[in-house]
Formats: sequence, structure tokens, C-alpha cells
Amino acid sequence: MVAHTELPAQVPNEKILNQDQIARCSDAKSFGHARPDIEDAVYVQNGAAIPIQNGGKVIPVADGKPERKARHHKEEECSLFVAFFTFVSYGVLLLVGYIKEFFNPPSTKEKNREGYVPLYIGFESFYTRNVYRRIQDCWNRAICSVPGAYIDLLERYSPDYGWTMKLTGKVIKCINVGSYNYLGFAENVGQCHDDSEKALKQHGISSCSPRLELGTGTLHRQLETLVSEFLGVEDAITFGMGYATNVLNLPSLLGPGCLVLSDEFNHASLILGLRLSGATVKVFRHNDSEDLERKLREAIILGHPRTRRPWKKAMIVVEGIYSMEGTICDLPNFIRIKKKYKTYLYVDEAHSIGALGPNGGGVVDYYGVDPKEVDIQMGTFTKSFGAAGGYIAGSKELINHLRVHSHAQTYGVSMSPPVAQQIITAMSTIMGRNGNDEGRRRILQLSRNVKYFRQRLRQKGFIVYGHDDSPVVPMILYLIPKISMFVRELTKRGVAGVGVGFPATRITGGRMRFCLSAAHTKEMLDKILEEVDEVGHLCSAHYSSIPKSKEPIEW
Amino acid sequence: MTTKWNVYESFQALLQAGPYHLALEGVLILCIIWLFTAKKKPSRLIRLTKKEEEDLIAEWIPEPLVPNPPEADHPSLNTRTVYGKVGRYIDLGTGEKVLNLGTHSYLNLGERPEVEEAALQCLHKYGVGSCGPRGFYGTTQVHLELEDRLAAYFNCEMGVLYSYGFSTIASAIPAYSKSGDIIYADEMVNFPIQKGLHASRSRIVFFRHNDVEHLEELLKEQVILDKKDPKKANATRKFMVVESIYMNTGKMCPLPELVKLRQKYKLRLFIDESITFGTLGENCRGITDYFNIPMKEVDMIMATLETTAASTGGFCVGTKFVIDHQRLSGLGYCFSASLPPMLAASVIKVIDILETEGPALMQELHDKCRQLHVALSTLPDKVELSGDDISPVKHLRLKESTGVREEDEAILRKIVEKAEKYGIALTVAAYLRDQEALPPPPSIRVTANKDLTKEEISKAFKALQQAIDDVIE
Repeated sequence: MVAHTELPAQVPNEKILNQDQIARCSDAKSFGHARPDIEDAVYVQNGAAIPIQNGGKVIPVADGKPERKARHHKEEECSLFVAFFTFVSYGVLLLVGYIKEFFNPPSTKEKNREGYVPLYIGFESFYTRNVYRRIQDCWNRAICSVPGAYIDLLERYSPDYGWTMKLTGKVIKCINVGSYNYLGFAENVGQCHDDSEKALKQHGISSCSPRLELGTGTLHRQLETLVSEFLGVEDAITFGMGYATNVLNLPSLLGPGCLVLSDEFNHASLILGLRLSGATVKVFRHNDSEDLERKLREAIILGHPRTRRPWKKAMIVVEGIYSMEGTICDLPNFIRIKKKYKTYLYVDEAHSIGALGPNGGGVVDYYGVDPKEVDIQMGTFTKSFGAAGGYIAGSKELINHLRVHSHAQTYGVSMSPPVAQQIITAMSTIMGRNGNDEGRRRILQLSRNVKYFRQRLRQKGFIVYGHDDSPVVPMILYLIPKISMFVRELTKRGVAGVGVGFPATRITGGRMRFCLSAAHTKEMLDKILEEVDEVGHLCSAHYSSIPKSKEPIEW
Repeated sequence: MTTKWNVYESFQALLQAGPYHLALEGVLILCIIWLFTAKKKPSRLIRLTKKEEEDLIAEWIPEPLVPNPPEADHPSLNTRTVYGKVGRYIDLGTGEKVLNLGTHSYLNLGERPEVEEAALQCLHKYGVGSCGPRGFYGTTQVHLELEDRLAAYFNCEMGVLYSYGFSTIASAIPAYSKSGDIIYADEMVNFPIQKGLHASRSRIVFFRHNDVEHLEELLKEQVILDKKDPKKANATRKFMVVESIYMNTGKMCPLPELVKLRQKYKLRLFIDESITFGTLGENCRGITDYFNIPMKEVDMIMATLETTAASTGGFCVGTKFVIDHQRLSGLGYCFSASLPPMLAASVIKVIDILETEGPALMQELHDKCRQLHVALSTLPDKVELSGDDISPVKHLRLKESTGVREEDEAILRKIVEKAEKYGIALTVAAYLRDQEALPPPPSIRVTANKDLTKEEISKAFKALQQAIDDVIE
């Protein structure tokens, strides 16, 4: 794993600090620690947040109280021993696959297409047949309930060693730590549901028309105004699908001759959008502002590698929370670099909007920076708002440009009215406009859940990646058989989590991922922790080698 | 102990070796040194001082994020707002409701109470969002059922469901066609297909609109090339991408001829059936049904659910061998949250309706399409009509173009505005002309629906006639 900032020199040779040390270090030095070149902003001193100065204007950090921000620490590294066995485990799987296919070639031949060049060639389909097929049952599971705090899984079995999956008809009730339901708005009762029902009756299911033709309804206009108020920006534009928001808008913002600095773990939609735009993309190490600065500097000095002309414009593209790593982006440093080098900053808040910050305003709110510092704020409504779709927010000029040039505005159907209404209601609840403090309660519940769960999991001796405030909790297991065992065993014990392995992560990065929600109670978290601990003992997954304090952790 | 002895031994051996041996060793060592140092040639890169670097950075003035911000009166910034449902008649806030000839719900199924009820029932059970991609607990029973129903409806083995129409088409094509492959596509294919072609990084060969002979010419050229380099040809997959009825022209593709070429030149055929899903063929199964072509002749059918199905999303159907691949390789499928279950539930109801009353509804639609076609072709000859008579999508174009796209569009927009005053809602087809491979000429896109009455058609005709006469002298 890549550390964001190096650890203070007084702890030499130590791969990782334990809980207490981290706390002390981050208090003393904090993130962005005493960087000599920080020009116009000193974010934290001696553990207390001080206002960020922005061109003479002072913006108070969220309700002024001292707040401990993201702790950038080195992730615990994979020991050579474990790495060796992880490779061996893949090696055995592949070897068995090769032997099997040598004696028994795959029978999946295409019908009616004799003499054609095969549709699939290469390693990918071999990997699917021999590795993915064996553990297929851990993914694509069907549910038959709201993806709330509890979830009803449809039990499946495979009559033919994983080639096909069939439903048994039985239902398993599990605690849900797999869905991105951060604020618990995935509900089939309550105000969101009632409002959506009304919207459906009043506005129909779909307009069957793009926004530029006859697809703009009153709800779309209302939603866009609300989003811009929620984020504190001039204007916002919304789309019917979150993935498409990135893919269909980046090409209208960038073109050939533009430079893009993209985080190595950026989401597939960002990568595709950047590729379609034709811009030159340079990848920097995950959340590493020093690497970013080095690469950006070099690229600006040298200009376009082919034509040697200066770049038209440069953009830094990062995410708020990385869905596989659980890291929170180092926004203050990115803003510093962006200003220093006159580039633009694009932050994808797909996972962080709603889930981070004292007001649920995402990573911008979390660090208490001025929303105008981020040129382009993008986010989705799928996660925290329990709906679907995405938005882009920023200056009036930017949004007007997108209204004219966005592919999704011109060719994609507009958002379904009941979905738009769900977002409006959920967002007003978070903003406290519905006359209760339900939104605040959810934000608080989530942040306490996150702190409690992450610390307990670390205390039990698991390696947990990411920042302490991130609701995405990846727990490292390394070996692919352990991932599948964890998923299966946890399901048996009534916990539905997500396992992730190669190729979604690097080979030595196999992990379980828990997504916490405001709908979880402490009792549910305790139950999850207990089961995880037990399964962890079964397959010896307590990899962490740093000493743990035994002090009980309070919710 | 042993190491010491070994060192001693080798030292002894060195002393005993003859001078020719030492010389050889010396040369070898020199070679090694040379090998290491040879790489350290002074590079041609000019080293800049810190100050020069800073100056260069300070000197660089990037373009603004938005170089040419659109004017406030740009038509795209002043779109019409629809109040309430987008149905047969829509409320554009001008007082009276106007007749809708602009949106794509050809069978008006979105207005059927049972479809709405199905969506509501699902909302009561599943809430709105699915909160996850299909892989991570975003697959509900509703999604599985809809995929099965779609596959069965098209007599195919498997269906796959996406959560946005545009991304369906734009993800399905690059899931199969990679760099090094060749895609033959009609030059008038819609924008989502163009983006899919772009994302595939394959070589794109456009043939003239609906021109089978031109396509065959191009294929023959390729055969000659293939003969020269058979090794490369054996690793080059070839695809053909067409639309059943073209969104940009309203014309139907000559599928039987295309299928013959597919067989002859070993192409894989992908059809975008967005417009014809539910509106063509004996059992309203689309263009294969219309021409009685067995499904095995076509490799994949893709369509959006944003037309007849009156919902959101899209799907692909075909053999299990082909379609299953998208579950791991269709980017828009893997990396996006799944379709909100209630939007899927409404489509299941739509399929129920199509299976029971489909042929009758379709017949009704075809009659209306023909009537509308006849009416529109008798409009003043300042405009011309493009599109087949049974196509629910028709384009009205200026007969005499001003030569400037913007001006043509402005004229058409004025016609649309006037027509709205006379009681019908139309749209000028929205295009991003600098992004399109071959921008279609500006047009008013007229869509028919099955519930149009004779009176409404003649009203539409009169309104358009009046509007055209008002705008164009």
C-alpha cells in the first residue's frame, strides 16, 4: 500500500503504528504535517482545527470544534511469507486449470458460427472458467427485499460445480454489510417511499425523452436547485445514471491536448470517460500528493510529449472515498497543488456524498473547504440517497456548458420522476428541511458506527485498510480461498458481506469489504464482529502483527 | 570454516592459473564494467534549474475550464418544462395541454394503470434504489425475472439488463470488439452506437446508409487484404452493427440482405432494436420477427427500455455463450448500480401486455404511422419527409437548406414553437454536431403513437402546415 505521508522520523523501522500511536502522531503532526511548502493554508495545529484561510477570506471549519481528520498512515504491508503463499494459491488454481483443460478441453463451443474467428480468446476466459467459476456463488447473489439493515438472500446451489447457479426457493435473512446504503435511505416505508409513490402517480414512470427534447420535468428542475444548495455551489446538473455521469461528461470537458492526472485506483467509469475524451492521462500513486506533484510538475514543464506544445489545460481527477480501499482523498493537498499549478480539480464523490462530513456534504464538507475550490464536483445518488443517477455541480458557466454539450443531456433519457423525488426527499431530510433532525441523527449514527466498527475490527487483529472515518471497511485476507470461505461462512451465520479479489484488486490484495450504514445498530455491529472474529479464527485471518491495546472501545 | 577454506582455495587457484587465464578474466571484468557504464551515456535531456522550472510553470497559462461558455439564450439552456405526466397530451405550462408528437412511447404503455400499479407494488416491496451493482447484492428477483422474460420473449437463451439505455448500447459493443477487430457500421447509426464503436478501439468502417452494395464492396476489399495476411485475418473478428429502424432517419434496415452478407463474410451481427422492440413483426418481437429471420442468424439484439417499454434502462439478448460474457465484461453492467427494481417491474408488466395484446396494439400503431405518413407527405414542399411509412419515427427536413446548420435549426425551432401554439408538441432532434461521426441534417423528429385519432392527425397536419407557412415565406 502507498502511504500518503511518511511517518514521523521518531518511529523508525516501524511498519505501522498501533491505535494509540496513530492517535498521538496524528494529533501532534496531523495530516499535511508541517509541509514546508504549504502556502496559504495550515489546516491543523496541535490537534485543533483552525480556520482555513482562503484568499483572505476565513472559512470556519465545521461548527468550529476541534475535529480529528483523516489519519494518513501506512497500511500494514503484506509479509513475504503471505505474499508467497498467495501466489502459490493462484498458481495451484491455474495449474489445475491447465491440466484439466489439457485432458478435457472446454466444451463451450459456439453454435452456428463455424469457421469464425473465436469470439473470446486469451487468458481472461481461462481465468473465468477455472478460478472465477469455482467461487462464483460469492457474487451476483439475488435478494428479495429492500437492501436495508437486513437483507433477504435467495439461497442458490450449483448442480454442476459452479457452471450454473439455481435458486432453491429458500430465503436467508442476513445483516446487510454489502450494499452502499450509507445513510439508510433504502427503505420501503417512511417519507421517501410515500413521496416517491406520489411522484409516480403524478409524473408517471418515464418521460421517454432526453432532457433537451421533452424530458425536463418540474422535478428535475427542483432537484437541480436542491443539489446546488446542498453542495453550496452555483448550479448543478443531474443525470439518470451515475456511471454514465462520468463516462458521458468527461469527453465534453476535456479533449486532445489536455493533461489529466488520475489516481491509480480511480473507478472504471472515470477511466473510460477519460479514455473517450482523448486527453493524455498520467496515473499517480494512490492518494499520494507528492507523487502527483512530481508528475504534474514534470508534465507541465515538458509540455505535450509528442508536439512539445504547452498543454491546453490540466485536470486532477480523484475520488472522495475509494470504494475498494476505503481511503478518503487528501483533498487539502490536492487543492494546494491545483492552485499552485493552475490546474482544475475533478472530485468524484460517488461514495462520499452524504456519508462524510458533519453535514453529509461529502469530502468537501469533511475537510471544511470552500466548495468553490473544487472546480467540478461529481457524485451519485445511488449510495447515500438510496436512489439512482448522478450529478455534476460547479460554477454556472461549467454547468451551462454541460447543459449544451453533455452527451447524456442530448441522447440519454431523463431521470425517472419517482427516483428524482426519492433524492429530493432524502436530501431535504439530510439538510434538515423536513422539520426534524432525522438527517443529523443518521449522519451521527453512521459516523459513530464507523468509528466503533473499524476500531473493534483492528483490535481483534485484522488488517483494516483506509481511514478511520470511512464507511467503506476493507479487511485484508490475501488468499482467494479465504475470501470465498469468509463470504460463505458469514452468510451461514447471517451476515451478508462482499469479497473482492483479483482482478478487482492486486493479486496480494484479496479482501472482505464491509459497507456500514446508519441503519445498523450497535447490536448488529457486535453480532457482525463476533461472527467475523469466529470465521477469522477458522481460517486464521488475523494477519495484523502490531500490538493491540485491550481497552474496551465505546460506541 | 567452510567458507574460509573456499576463499583460500580459490585464492590458491588464482595464483596457480597461467597469465593467459588472468588476462581473459581481466577482459571479462572490463566487459562487465563497460556494460554497466555504457548505459550511463549523458542523456540528451536538458536539465533545467529550479528557477527555470518555476518560470516555465508560472509562464503556462491554461485555457479556462470552459473556453466558450454558451450564451444565456442558447436553446439548450432554455428547454421546455413538462408539468405532470408525459403522456399523450402534455402540459407545457402554456395553459392548454398539447398533443404530444415528440416522445418515444409509441404504444403509450406507460399510461396504462396496470403498468403503474406494477411499479407501485414493487416500490412497496423494494423501495426505490438498489444500492449496489449487480455483483454486490444489487440483483433482485425482479431483475432476474425481467431478464428471463426478455430472453423468452425474443426466443433467446439469455438476456442481460442494464440500468441506462445509452450505456447498454455503448457497453455491449466494446465487450466483444477489441483493438485489432473490424466493425462495419451504417454511417447513420445513432450516437450511443458511435460511442460504443469509439470505446472498442477497433477499426471502424462506415458504409453508406442502408447501402448493401457498398457494404459488400468494402467487405470484398477486406477479403483481398485478408488473403495477403492470413495470419492477421485469423485473429481479426469482424462485426456488423446496424439499427432495425434508424433513429436518425426513420428508415428500416434491409435485414435479409445483411444476414446474407453476414453468412458469406463471417461477420457477427449486432442489431439495435430500440425503436422496433414491441412495434414490429407478427408477434411484435422486432425486425427479426418482421422478416421471419431465425434468431440464430443474429448474434445479439440490444435495445433500450426507454421507448415502447416506457421505463429506463436497456437490455441485450442472445445465446448464453454470447450474453453471459457481458456479466463480467460489460462495463456499464459491472460497474454501475442496478436498475431501480420498480422500473424493472413496470417492464415485466409491459411484456405481459405485449404477449397478450401485442399484435393488435401493433397493428393499430402501424395504421396510425401510415396515416401520419400520408398526412405529413402532403405538407407544403418547403419541407420533406424522411422515414418509412410504418416507422413510428419520422423526420421533417427543410427542402432548401440555408447551408448553415444553426440557421436551419433555428428555422425548425421556430416551426416547432408555432406548432406548439396551434396545439401540438414537437421536438427538433437534438444532436451534438461536433461529436457526431456524420451529423444528420437538422430535422423535426415526429413520433407516432397508437392512440392518435384521425382528427388528431389532421389537426397535427393543419398545425404543421400553418406553422411552416408562418415561418417560411
